[in-house]
Amino acid sequence: MELAAAKMIGAGLAAIGVIGAGIGIGAIFASFIQAVGRNPAAAGAVTQMTWIGFALVEAIALYALVIAFMILFL
Amino acid sequence: MAEGHSPLAQFEIKRLVPMQIGDIDISFTNSSAFMALAVITATAVIVLGMRRHAVVPGRWQSIAELAYLFVANMVRDTVGSEGRRYFPFIFTLFLFVLCGNMLGMIPYGFTYTSHVIVTFTMASVIFIGVTVIGFIKHGIHFFGFFLPPGTPLLMAPLAVPIEVISYFSRPISLSVRLFANMLAGHTLMKVFAGFIVSLGVFGFVPFLFVFALTGLELLIAFLQAYVFTVLTCLYLHDALHMH
Repeated sequence: MELAAAKMIGAGLAAIGVIGAGIGIGAIFASFIQAVGRNPAAAGAVTQMTWIGFALVEAIALYALVIAFMILFL
Repeated sequence: MAEGHSPLAQFEIKRLVPMQIGDIDISFTNSSAFMALAVITATAVIVLGMRRHAVVPGRWQSIAELAYLFVANMVRDTVGSEGRRYFPFIFTLFLFVLCGNMLGMIPYGFTYTSHVIVTFTMASVIFIGVTVIGFIKHGIHFFGFFLPPGTPLLMAPLAVPIEVISYFSRPISLSVRLFANMLAGHTLMKVFAGFIVSLGVFGFVPFLFVFALTGLELLIAFLQAYVFTVLTCLYLHDALHMH
């Protein structure tokens, strides 16, 4: 198989990793909505941790993206 | 302004004032220019905003005070009262990353935080600094950080390597999170912006998407600066209080 074709396939496979981030972000905001729904007074305290959690999960998706770029261009 | 047709051309480093010391290239690049601009902007907002220092703040002073309070509360909530001496560094870090991310949102602007060498340097300095602070405060007992309190001693050969690996992955995750967010966001914007002209009449579809994406990128710029800073504060808390 040519190197260019193998790179394309490798990058495509590496990009599948973002599924985990999709599930993770959905889980975070689902529990955020549930928590605020049950106890609206806790909204302030929970909001801060929600955004930190979101950024941490999104980082995993970006690791997958970086690996895909590395396969494609390096 | 020959930008090239690749959406990755925006990340190219251009030497504005070439300088060299022997073999080492220390030119003033577009990256350095935007870093200087970020420092000037942040300093101007805070210094000029506090010029009047009225008891009832006007608009500009409110902005400066809001920024200060935001970071001060963050430091107090995550590090505790011992973190006050590190507040100047954390505040500088937050404003540097925030201004870097935001200056990249200006059309034809350069995002210096989208280069992994910049973010990795910042993350390495933070990592080494926090580790040194931990050793100064706790001495040799800092190594006890790698065995969480309450783990049975039988689990130690498994738990300690895992803790050490996750400790050393901190600068990598910190730097890659920021740089990959900026790189991916800006590349996506340029890719979709390229579709606007090439689609002709139906160019309004990618235009609306770029419109929404710009809003998202502004949110991400702020959020990534906040997350970078809050994680630095958490690592500092770990070093000072060891869990």
